Amino acid sequence: MNSVVDIATLWAFIIAFAVFVYVVMDGFDLGLGILFPLFPAKADRDVIMNSVAPVWDGNETWLVLGGGGMMAAFPLAYAVLMPALYTPMIAMLIGLIFRGVAFEFRWRTLRKRNRWDIAFAGGSMLATLAQGIALGAILQGVHVEGRHYAGGWWDWLTPFSILTGLALVVGYGLLGATWLVLKTEGALRDKAYRLSWLLLFAMLGAIGAVSIATPFLDVGYAQRWFTWPNVILTAPVPIAVAAVTALLLRSLANKQDHRPFFLSLALFALSYAGLGISMWPYIVPQSITIWQAASPENSQVFMLFGVAVLVPLILGYTGWAYWVFRGKVKPESGYH
Amino acid sequence: MFEGWDAVVLARAQFAFTMSFHIVFPAFSIGLASYLAVLEALWLWTGREVFINLFNYWLKIFAIAFGMGVVSGIVMSYQFGTNWSNFSDKTGPVIGPLMAYEVLTAFFLEAGFLGVMLFGLERVGHKLHFLATLMVATGTLISAFWILSANSWMQTPAGYAINADGQFVAADWLKVIFNPSFPYRLVHMVLAAYLTTALVVGAVGAFHLLRDQHLAGARVMFSMAMWMATLVAPIQILAGDQQGLNTLEHQPAKVMAMEGHYQSHPDGAPLVLFGLPDQAAGKVKYAVEIPKLSSLILKHSLDAPLAGLDTIPRENWPPVPITFWSFRIMVGLGFLMMGLGLFSLWNRWRGTLYQSRLLHIFAVAMGPAGFIAVLAGWITTETGRQPFTIFGLLRTVEAASPLAAPAIASSLIAFVIVYFAVFAAGVTYILRLMALPPHQGEQGPRGDIPARAAGITPAAGAVAEGLAG
Repeated sequence: MNSVVDIATLWAFIIAFAVFVYVVMDGFDLGLGILFPLFPAKADRDVIMNSVAPVWDGNETWLVLGGGGMMAAFPLAYAVLMPALYTPMIAMLIGLIFRGVAFEFRWRTLRKRNRWDIAFAGGSMLATLAQGIALGAILQGVHVEGRHYAGGWWDWLTPFSILTGLALVVGYGLLGATWLVLKTEGALRDKAYRLSWLLLFAMLGAIGAVSIATPFLDVGYAQRWFTWPNVILTAPVPIAVAAVTALLLRSLANKQDHRPFFLSLALFALSYAGLGISMWPYIVPQSITIWQAASPENSQVFMLFGVAVLVPLILGYTGWAYWVFRGKVKPESGYH
Repeated sequence: MFEGWDAVVLARAQFAFTMSFHIVFPAFSIGLASYLAVLEALWLWTGREVFINLFNYWLKIFAIAFGMGVVSGIVMSYQFGTNWSNFSDKTGPVIGPLMAYEVLTAFFLEAGFLGVMLFGLERVGHKLHFLATLMVATGTLISAFWILSANSWMQTPAGYAINADGQFVAADWLKVIFNPSFPYRLVHMVLAAYLTTALVVGAVGAFHLLRDQHLAGARVMFSMAMWMATLVAPIQILAGDQQGLNTLEHQPAKVMAMEGHYQSHPDGAPLVLFGLPDQAAGKVKYAVEIPKLSSLILKHSLDAPLAGLDTIPRENWPPVPITFWSFRIMVGLGFLMMGLGLFSLWNRWRGTLYQSRLLHIFAVAMGPAGFIAVLAGWITTETGRQPFTIFGLLRTVEAASPLAAPAIASSLIAFVIVYFAVFAAGVTYILRLMALPPHQGEQGPRGDIPARAAGITPAAGAVAEGLAG
């Protein structure tokens, strides 16, 4: 029994890691789509698209790993949450279709390029909103009976889930803006700086609002946050957020290249850690723990071998791909 | 609206729709990735410019097809949870790891090296670029390995036990992965992907040869594609036959449906060429039959007895009309492909491979045949497994999510609208690229950016848009 507990815990961290890598990688990628309408010039849009074209597909693969991994490691949670999040999930998938095809389609037509630009922006916005709403819907809990979701198909829609949806739009927007600071030059980069300031303050507001609202969702969250000894884990989170924010403000003021992006990621990591502390040990909050949802041990062990060997390899060659396309994207060179 | 609809029927319709759209793209990109690897290898080996021109020509098309495969594939990976949650709960411990391995060993490999393959030739040099192409091609094949393993396990489950929660769990992973139908089905699908791609490449080559017999790129691709069709089509027919025998052993009801055998034939079953299967009456109307031939094919003996659906409880019958017809479409196209291969061989022998207009028109007409055959084949095997999701063990009605019909109907409508809009556009862009002949100094997917950014030369494809008016 003891070993089952350990492996389930390990898998909870693996899935959390996959989802976080997804947020790190597809966050800025979707953020570029969210910011797209603010860059109407065609030359700017070409640069923005090319800054991510070689890697977007790999970025989204982490979402498939998150979903597929959850089905494999925590099938009960996957089976309960997916019907509960039916509408946001379908919306996310449709959003991802529109933005994904835009990467290739917009280069293949002159007359209808604007249409695919709208698809890229709208699809990115829709997918982000849906992911944020799904997060909120998970946090506020779903109606479970036996091994099934027992609620309706609009249960996810609450002011809280809308709040988390908008918060994610702001957050991905910040990642997108600081990515542009990193990858572009000249007027485009200056505009990205200005947007970064704006989005940073918006993101801080969003973090604050979600943090204030969460303990009111369920007494379990309040207990986990404010009781001894958990407070040892929760108290440093806001302090660290303040510290990272100070560094981020300074890096923006000093017009630094790399730091704003990585500090924005740090802000995401802290928010994510806060989420993890709130949810633990539930995978469906207040209903199903990671141990209740876990696959049999032999399924989890079978996959553990693959993860141990392959994930470092994947991170290696993904890093190489980013390295190959490092540096500023220049409008005249493209990725030729 | 939709309150009176059956949620499971809608979920099945949605799965069939999204799956049918999806499979077209992997079937093409599996074959095309390997073809691109061959073209690049030939270029590196011989240094002949025609190969790099063809490589870049098909790379542009690959980029679009691959992108559409990715986005329609993400839908599939989440649809198991949204629409088939009971299936996910019950089979997650067995199917889930197979799919997780597909992601880890295949999807990341393809995605990780795709960027370098598409845009990186001048950044990483020839050798590393060729490695990237090889990794993408390998990734597509590994992907086929895992997904065929998972699907085959649903057809011929093995190496499993059932736990206290009613979930399937693995008792022996090797038996799960290498379940009885898997090797046959993997070979059949990979050959189908190669054949599909060969027919598309052949059709594009033939299309341009019809305009200009001396076009070097068109000649090379047409010749390569016709060799492929000549060699692979007969092998594929043999592979299909072997899979049929395997199906007869493990899923006899599916073969009965494919053959239209409602009745048992104790002394030699006829091969029903055509007819109208009547599920309610339990017989094939207006059947055109060849006596004893079915027994000869399936049992290698004219008088061997063959059981019919009358030996199986009616609630376990697959829907015969769909299975019967989709099977005939697949087989008919398979023989046409072999015919094309032989006809091209005859022309090659006579020295008229690049001159025969009849051959070129035949090849153009056969361009979409691979896709239709792949779809028909999958419809045969998936419909023939009904009414089960896990053959003999989990019924499709027990696999669905506890969702109301309006939810599924709405998403189905949304997918239909989005898929037709998006994928019609993608296919249009691919056809436009194909309408342009491969030429000297062919550029890759973004090779035309500098010129276009300067506002002088529009992109390939956009040119064809202008031509198309």
